[in-house]
Amino acid sequence: MGEFINFLQNNLADFWTYTGFYNATYQHFIMIAVGIFFIYLAVAKEFEPMLLIPIGFGMLIGNIPFNMEAGLQVGIYEQGSVLNILYQGVTSGWYPPLIFLGIGAMTDFSALISNPKLMLIGAAAQFGIFGAYMLALEWGFDPMQAASIGIIGGADGPTAIFLSSKLAPNLMGAIAVSAYSYMALVPVIQPPIMRLLTTKKERVIHMKAPRAVSHTEKVLFPIVGLLLTCFLVPSGLPLLGMLFFGNLLKESGVTRRLAETARGPLIDTITILLGLTVGASTQASEFLTVDSLKIFGLGALSFVIATASGVIFVKIFNLVLKKDNKINPLIGNAGVSAVPDSARISQILGLEYDPSNYLLMHAMGPNVAGVIGSAVAAGVLLGFLV
Amino acid sequence: MIKRYLIGIFFASAITGAFCSCTSPDTGSKIVINEILIDNQNNFEDDYGMHSGWVEIFNTSYNSVNLAGCYLKVSSKPGDTISYFIPKGDVLTSISPRQHALFWADGAPRRGTFHTNFVLSKTSDNWVGLYDSGRKLLDEIVVPAGILKTDQSYARVSDGSDEWEVKDDSETKYVTPSTNNKTLEGNPKMEKFEQHDSAGFGMTITAMCVVFTGLILLYICFRCVGKIAVKLRQRNAMKAHNITDKQEAKERGLGQAPGDVIAAIAMALHEVQGSDHDVEETILTISRVKRSYSPWSSKIYTLRENPHKK
Repeated sequence: MGEFINFLQNNLADFWTYTGFYNATYQHFIMIAVGIFFIYLAVAKEFEPMLLIPIGFGMLIGNIPFNMEAGLQVGIYEQGSVLNILYQGVTSGWYPPLIFLGIGAMTDFSALISNPKLMLIGAAAQFGIFGAYMLALEWGFDPMQAASIGIIGGADGPTAIFLSSKLAPNLMGAIAVSAYSYMALVPVIQPPIMRLLTTKKERVIHMKAPRAVSHTEKVLFPIVGLLLTCFLVPSGLPLLGMLFFGNLLKESGVTRRLAETARGPLIDTITILLGLTVGASTQASEFLTVDSLKIFGLGALSFVIATASGVIFVKIFNLVLKKDNKINPLIGNAGVSAVPDSARISQILGLEYDPSNYLLMHAMGPNVAGVIGSAVAAGVLLGFLV
Repeated sequence: MIKRYLIGIFFASAITGAFCSCTSPDTGSKIVINEILIDNQNNFEDDYGMHSGWVEIFNTSYNSVNLAGCYLKVSSKPGDTISYFIPKGDVLTSISPRQHALFWADGAPRRGTFHTNFVLSKTSDNWVGLYDSGRKLLDEIVVPAGILKTDQSYARVSDGSDEWEVKDDSETKYVTPSTNNKTLEGNPKMEKFEQHDSAGFGMTITAMCVVFTGLILLYICFRCVGKIAVKLRQRNAMKAHNITDKQEAKERGLGQAPGDVIAAIAMALHEVQGSDHDVEETILTISRVKRSYSPWSSKIYTLRENPHKK
């Protein structure tokens, strides 16, 4: 009997070593707190809930402590585990192009086609990427890591994941979380910079109503866009190819079912898997490092630089434009490709200073140009460094 | 008529393009002979502990290639060619992207797939050819007699390159069986950036130029497309109104419906369609609605609280 009780005690003691309570460290609790904070932001503040809920919950999943030497195959970094299999879409980089397919199928490029000069704002805002790249080099990262960190300034989660999976896989978790967090915080980061860099007179500029765009132009856009951008930067093909393909599905008018699948169930499925696995990849043992903190700092700076460069570019551009063709600098922030959040910020700020000034459709132009621009920038970095 | 003409041009150019690509010479093969060692005394040892000559094959592509069914042929004198058929059914004959396979020239094919039925001649020229299963020559090389000393190999300077050299096992030219002919000790591209562009200005200027070029090209293209579209719309509107004078069309603003007008029309149409939908038939029917019973949809099981009977 005594032996049996001893056996039970040993069994329970053994079981105790497998529990989360036994294996927990303070780092786990920090990451769990961050995950709960993300969920709070999503539920209470409605900051990008589609992203922050899966990422926040993923952080909880990824930071449940367990005995890592037992070979339980439950962790995201354990080959063959379910989470690891789902995470392969991130590490091998096939989730981001599928997200781009959905984005293409839901994006209306009419604003851009009717006023193509807005594309240049999307290009100017990419300076955020390279500003952060220079800062990251200064902070001691090597060129490949610096490029992966810099791409946070493109404000494009899938692009950031795609590039970092190729150039700096070990930093991918921190980069992805940073990119998505700052995208959610666009309403907090951008307005002060926009106010700081514009005058009252500039903020009330009324832009000319966009002309109607024909069906032919809309169909031509993805085809010409693909050929021009990918001939220039073939390394951007996975992202740009899928983006323009999705848009052709939408605009052709004859593949409605495919377009609806791409912008509906497909993108939803991939967003769930991407968000959850990116969140789970922030396992405390791999994530809580000084480098992660530096990445978060650089990510914030890259958003600031991108927003400022977009606004300043519009101000400079206005110097050469005719009086009736001036652009409201409040749409300069939309050059970062956080679609449609940054365009929404332009609209809100525009209405704040003039209740009859609707900037949303104008801001959508640089906003979608920013998507193209950041994918091109990622292609350039990939081409230069791989 | 114009449309047919355009379609004709399109097909003609497509056929011309296809013809040009068909007649272009087939220059490269995915698998190439990469390195050969003839006299092996103290070099790489096979799994039987023997030192034999070897032939290394390299997969230049970024996809797996299976050598099963291919032929390795060797000739050291005219008219005397020995052919080795690479057996099928061995998973090891599949070469991973940018990887190598090593065949032992030991004349002992019974030792396994990678042991051939020929031996390389130490005294005369050695011609080595690699053929696909259809006996099409994929790659060939002649190792001149006397060029190689003991334990030296004849190899491409780097994997898959056109230039060959003698690897004499010196500091820079070492024999590399089953591995890269030139070992990369670092990332040259990254090192170049670290050396010449440590602050990142060069990268920033170059990359921003490329991003701007791409979007400026799109801008120019869609500016032209937009102008053409506006002109076409105006021409169609003129045709519809039977107007030939461009000035008159401009004054009447034909084909220039502003966005807000179109938005107003769209809203009106939507409202009309919506009101159509809202008109319902007001006939009461007494048709019995039949629903098959299923416990899965039963209210009894899905009610969260039992109804109070009073």
